[in-house]
Amino acid sequence: MKSLGSIRRDFAPWSDPQAKPYIRFENVTKRFGDFTAVNNLSLSIFEREFFALLGASGCGKSTLLRMLAGFEEPTSGKILLDGQDLRGIPPYRRPVNMMFQSYALFPHMSVEKNIAFGLKQEGMPKTDIDRRVAEMLKLVKLERFASRKPHQLSGGQRQRVALARSVAKRPKVLLLDEPLGALDKKLREETQFELMDLQQELGLTFVVVTHDQEEAMTMADRIAIMDKGEVMQVATPAEIYEAPNSRFVAGFVGNVNLFEGSVAERTENTARITGGSGAQILVENAGEAAIGNDVAFAIRPEKIRISSRKPQDAVNALEGEVYDIAYLGDMTVYYVKLDDGQIVRASMLNAARIVDDPLTWSDRAWISFRPDAGVVLTR
Amino acid sequence: MNATWSRFNIVSIVLGFAFLYLPIVLLVVFSFNASRLVTVWGGFSTQWYAALFRNQGLMDAAWVTIRVALVSASAATVLGTMAALVLTRYTRFRGRVLFTGMVFAPLVMPEVITGLSLLLLFVAVGLDRGFLTVTLAHITFSMCFVAVVVQSRLISFDRSLEEAAMDLGAPPVKTFFQITLPVIAPAIISGWMLAFTLSLDDLVIASFASGPGATTLPMKIYSQVRLGVTPEINAACTILIGIVSLGVIAAAIVNKRREVQRRRDEQAAMRLD
Repeated sequence: MKSLGSIRRDFAPWSDPQAKPYIRFENVTKRFGDFTAVNNLSLSIFEREFFALLGASGCGKSTLLRMLAGFEEPTSGKILLDGQDLRGIPPYRRPVNMMFQSYALFPHMSVEKNIAFGLKQEGMPKTDIDRRVAEMLKLVKLERFASRKPHQLSGGQRQRVALARSVAKRPKVLLLDEPLGALDKKLREETQFELMDLQQELGLTFVVVTHDQEEAMTMADRIAIMDKGEVMQVATPAEIYEAPNSRFVAGFVGNVNLFEGSVAERTENTARITGGSGAQILVENAGEAAIGNDVAFAIRPEKIRISSRKPQDAVNALEGEVYDIAYLGDMTVYYVKLDDGQIVRASMLNAARIVDDPLTWSDRAWISFRPDAGVVLTR
Repeated sequence: MNATWSRFNIVSIVLGFAFLYLPIVLLVVFSFNASRLVTVWGGFSTQWYAALFRNQGLMDAAWVTIRVALVSASAATVLGTMAALVLTRYTRFRGRVLFTGMVFAPLVMPEVITGLSLLLLFVAVGLDRGFLTVTLAHITFSMCFVAVVVQSRLISFDRSLEEAAMDLGAPPVKTFFQITLPVIAPAIISGWMLAFTLSLDDLVIASFASGPGATTLPMKIYSQVRLGVTPEINAACTILIGIVSLGVIAAAIVNKRREVQRRRDEQAAMRLD
């Protein structure tokens, strides 16, 4: 079976037309004075999904999360949770909990008391609270720190307390605002997998806001790419990367080369694109691009081959000069300046330690790629 | 920093401290004077302290002062905290700038004017001058000091703490009492102490607002001094200075200890990471 990307996903309620969305944003708009933070946005999130809102700061992703938590009300449109309209329901009566970016641990309470806070508000009997708190401490491996105050904990431990506190009430949905933003790189990578395991274990729906694409790609079932209050694309990480729907998404996630041009010939699946300088490329996945349309062919650096002589069998081959090289250890990135002036980024995995006849700066070089190695973008 | 004790440094520090503390030292020394004459040293004695505690007028005044200070500081703390909350939280209402200015104006208002206007008000509404009017007057001028202290804490207060509490199911009022109040408590306590001290040593406003039977200690001391300084007054002042110094020193020690402990905890936590 062929599919985009290198993993198979069995959990895919979004592609099942029968599945009912668990969270539904319907034409939601939020304005702060003259500023439109979220603009007529519709979005569905399914039960048990790990959903990521990815975007630059100010794109409206946090506002979306805060509307779900109840800290902001939409200016228009509605938000449904499990079929229930959330309008007018204050944050303290919503079956969602949030993990804050600053963790927002109560500084005057011990770890235990912090975790028990939400349970106490529910009026849970004391013995049950104690049991649940112990369970949560075990879950985040902080049993030894139960009586510490937040300022007596390290950053990673605080993050875990915040997490334990937000899942202690077993909310239907857990909202995470930049959950790993304050951790250093190594801790962040470990914690990503811990979060994924936790989500599996508790069977909760997670909605996470992040500006870190690697984090979103690793953890999420689906990602919504946001820009200026609008959703640009909602798809699995592999689709976002391999089949972006616009120049913005292609450029936002990972690195991309865009060949701008217009469609000169068109068959059912393929298109011949002529660039500004007359260079021609033949591509598949042409989608809706019609003859005469201005389009961009987007191709990722690792899907471009670089060689010192013109490849015999290549459909698409363009000549240029090696402009710059970055050796990163696991791979080498070549910047090739094509004869029409465009700089193309091509990366090669360093699968072998010893290389015959390597390229160097200012060498003439050919880049080549298969017709199906990229996508044609009309937007 | 390279601190060298140059002659200039020594002279400036001696002069500075002499300027600040010489009068107070003199007052303390002469409270232990055996002679009745304030400026002539007649040997060491504690007789004026004994006399002070036998002086019913001064003791009554001291009691009135403490009661006024306790009540007015507490009321000013409540009102000042409320004003600070409004000023930091509801930043978008009309006339906020005006309101801010009005809350802080008494800080720079000459006390004579505050006192006089309060007097006029009390007369106009027919309030008999006494304990109640002094207390009200003190609440009026000390609440803005509390508001300043509490507001400066609230500005750095992380609002997400309150959001987290609400998110976990606590309604706004509960959130305020269980989260906001405990977190800003140190600032509220400082505000209360400031209001208490302000009330304790106020003379001008009390003179306007007070009536028979509600003479405060500063008023009493001032009126007695006009008849001539007695070593008794020196003794009373020495006790006041002692109380205030003890309070300040104790607060400083507690703060320092807490900070040291906090730093140690934080370092311990870093090592655990």
